[in-house]
Amino acid sequence: MLESVAAASSHGLSTPTETSDAAPPPTLRLLTCGSVDDGKSTLIGRLLFEQSLIFDDHFAALERDSKRHGTTGDDIDFALLVDGLEAEREQGITIDVAYRYVSTPRRAFIIADTPGHEQYTRNMATAASSASLAILLVDARKGLLTQTCRHAAIVSLIGIRHVVLAVNKIDLTGFDEAGFNKIVADFKAFAATLGFASITPIPISARHGDNVSEKSANTPWHKGPALLSFLETVEVEEDQSAKPFRFPVQWVNRPHLDFRGFAGTIASGTVRPGDEIVVAGSGKTSKVARIVAADGDLASAGAGEAVTLTLADELDIARGDLLSDAKSRPDVSDQFAAHLIWMSEDKLMPGRSYLLKSGAKTVPVTVTELKHRIDVNTLGQLPARTLSLNEVGVCNLATASPIAFDPYADNHTTGSFILIDRATNATAAAGLVSFGLRRATNIHRHGLSIGKLDRARLNNQKPAVLWFTGLSGSGKSTISNLVESWLFAHGLRTVLLDGDNIRHGLNKNLGFTEVDRVENIRRVGEVAKLMTDAGLIVLCSFISPFAAERQLVRDLLDDGEFLEVFVDTPIEECIARDPKGLYKKAIAGEIKNFTGVDQRYEAPLNPEMIVARDGQTPQQAAAAIVKELIRRGFIDSFADPGDDFSI
Amino acid sequence: MKSILSPHLLRLEAEAIFIMREVVAEFERPVMLYSIGKDSGVMLHIAQKAFFPAKPPFPLLHVDTTWKFQEMIAFRDQTAARVGMELLVHINEDGVRRGVSPVASGSSVHTQVMKTEGLRQALDKWKFDAAFGGARRDEEKSRAKERIFSHRSTAHAWDPRNQRPELWNIFNTRIKPGESMRVFPLSNWTEIDVWDYIAAEEVPIVPLYLAKERPVVERGGALIMVDDDRLPLLPGETPRMEKVRFRTLGCYPLTGAMRSEASTLPEILAEMRASTMSEREGRLIDHDESGSMEKKKREGYF
Repeated sequence: MLESVAAASSHGLSTPTETSDAAPPPTLRLLTCGSVDDGKSTLIGRLLFEQSLIFDDHFAALERDSKRHGTTGDDIDFALLVDGLEAEREQGITIDVAYRYVSTPRRAFIIADTPGHEQYTRNMATAASSASLAILLVDARKGLLTQTCRHAAIVSLIGIRHVVLAVNKIDLTGFDEAGFNKIVADFKAFAATLGFASITPIPISARHGDNVSEKSANTPWHKGPALLSFLETVEVEEDQSAKPFRFPVQWVNRPHLDFRGFAGTIASGTVRPGDEIVVAGSGKTSKVARIVAADGDLASAGAGEAVTLTLADELDIARGDLLSDAKSRPDVSDQFAAHLIWMSEDKLMPGRSYLLKSGAKTVPVTVTELKHRIDVNTLGQLPARTLSLNEVGVCNLATASPIAFDPYADNHTTGSFILIDRATNATAAAGLVSFGLRRATNIHRHGLSIGKLDRARLNNQKPAVLWFTGLSGSGKSTISNLVESWLFAHGLRTVLLDGDNIRHGLNKNLGFTEVDRVENIRRVGEVAKLMTDAGLIVLCSFISPFAAERQLVRDLLDDGEFLEVFVDTPIEECIARDPKGLYKKAIAGEIKNFTGVDQRYEAPLNPEMIVARDGQTPQQAAAAIVKELIRRGFIDSFADPGDDFSI
Repeated sequence: MKSILSPHLLRLEAEAIFIMREVVAEFERPVMLYSIGKDSGVMLHIAQKAFFPAKPPFPLLHVDTTWKFQEMIAFRDQTAARVGMELLVHINEDGVRRGVSPVASGSSVHTQVMKTEGLRQALDKWKFDAAFGGARRDEEKSRAKERIFSHRSTAHAWDPRNQRPELWNIFNTRIKPGESMRVFPLSNWTEIDVWDYIAAEEVPIVPLYLAKERPVVERGGALIMVDDDRLPLLPGETPRMEKVRFRTLGCYPLTGAMRSEASTLPEILAEMRASTMSEREGRLIDHDESGSMEKKKREGYF
């Protein structure tokens, strides 16, 4: 076996340019997907083997590994060529995407081999996002499975328009034409609404090589091509250069005072010196002065090129801005509808603050409405309050500030985004913009003639939100009451929001699940914001266990207005106090979702103030908080509060 | 002079530039690992383009195992002077004191102490939060699985089972204090791409890549170059002059040379295309077992 490979390898690696004078078709990025055990890794291994693209030393290692981990008896297990992680080899499954680089004399390929298990669907979506063709494998004996349908749906959603339906293990059905035709018909019926431009069915045996590199004598009824010759000739690329110019500014290049260049990669369109461009967010326009490159200025540049532009005018442009064709502008809005593919073990929390990254722009964002979930088997709509790992949903999102974007269908670069969990930094979701919501531009905020500062001046105070967070029984209410009493006694305008006045009224329809806790805090944050608009000092006393929601309230308010007070009483002390007997019930299991017992508390990392540590009494804590308000200039220091209100 | 890159190479180059700019825009203290090899050379060359007319806004870091070929060290210092970037060199002094060497300690201990631990020390010492490396996915199976932005814990560990999904060209660069990111701008390049690019762009390379008469001894099927008198000769061994070159460069007693007549770039490209052996075949440290690279990477190796 080894000898024959070595002999075959004498063709060696070749690049497309060598053998032909005509321009080769562009590098094809593709992925293999489909259900577990349908033979995705085996197919890629087979392809590498038949194209003599396996090095001798790798082949020797493969023979050793096949004996140790192989699942194909005495034969070579080609899947082991691509399943590179120890855990994958031990379990005989694919966990993560593997990328393989293949060149035949006719074309170069980047092939992503993706996992079939449902729990690793997010890794499959990752691979799909950079591919322009998908090979969807189906086991000829089993036909379409849930995971086949799920992968087809994700492939379509991500915008891949060309699919090869590879009906594998056709040898195990005795090369049965009728069975093959039924699978093809089933798939075409399922995919009718998925919008594929082409579906190419091929009966194959990855293990034995039927219709992989060459047409098989075992399937004389198959009139279509073998897999490889199809891949070598298929045209899939859309011409991004023909679309309107889009250039996300990635980095501002300022080596010295006389040069200010905007570095980025052209997402679509072409650009020439003299072209009129607009900064999408600000609406300011200018002309392109130069396209700067290390080897000399360029006369033009097109989609996919990484360049540096200078402009004729001095405009305020920073990373995250989108330079666009002035005649064909993107949407600019702080609200839009999108598909989300959920990728985190932590479920989607509508109302929670996430970070949205699109192009070079990162902004806080919340999902304001989850409209429905998509059933990947039927492509129907299911009602949903949240999205779990690998689920796909349609929702509305609101960003903290307007962003520029295009619908994903028009532009994959300016229409895609990810959501990042602010507490764990995990990539929580992949997002695809459907369309902007006009609401943001139609409901202009009232330009009130009396502003927040006017009211504050009348009150001799600067509005603020003192946000007390800490475990149940930590002393939040006691301390906030003491602070409010002192402020009131000194003629300052305050209001106190706590569980008692909020949960019994505004939020009485909310419980204590994670979803409801998030919504509870969001509403409190909005109320606190209105109160600061009224010029008040707002004291909020809530356990508020999750960092993301506290951050959300912080983001709602003006810079410096949100003061997080961490009441850091040790949990042992809180349990010992147990003023309402709640810990006792929670520990006994009579109350669910109790913070510190069966629900986590995320301590603030950078609070403005920490109190109640090292035995600090509530009176000392309140005095310290008032001093800090004076120090930060929220209230005048007309009276020294002392260090301890109890004295 | 303008080179003419194929559309394939242009796309790879643009991708690498995008990745480098993203790191510079989003991290506080990036650094580029410069290992002197051909991949590092290509990475450094692209960095010059990515930030032109500015210089790349980060230093170069070389983790010196003290067992690099002399020609590599000379080339390293020339290169840093040529590009005008700061070059930081770190040696694991503790390893030196303990007398760790590929000769005395064997390849795996030497690599662990002088490369992996040395790298961790250097990243901690200068508090780098992002480090560029020239690794490519086609080099090895576990590398084929690694993300372009590869997250490392505060202990520099890689968790291959819990990698962040990497969609489109949107990279999640957020880390917590003390954590870091390894970033691989050449992830999607193959060995052939690297050589094609070196030829097209005239990227300077260490002369060891070109065939020349060099003193070697043959051990276990590998040709080991006698670069200085620290390599103890076994009984009966005498170095002999052979025309050899290196396909990959590491510590000299751990890197096997290959017999070759290819003393120019076109000859190397021709030889590469006819080769039936993988690139890392000459790297003695990878051979222990199939999963050895993944193990080293989990511990913080590049």
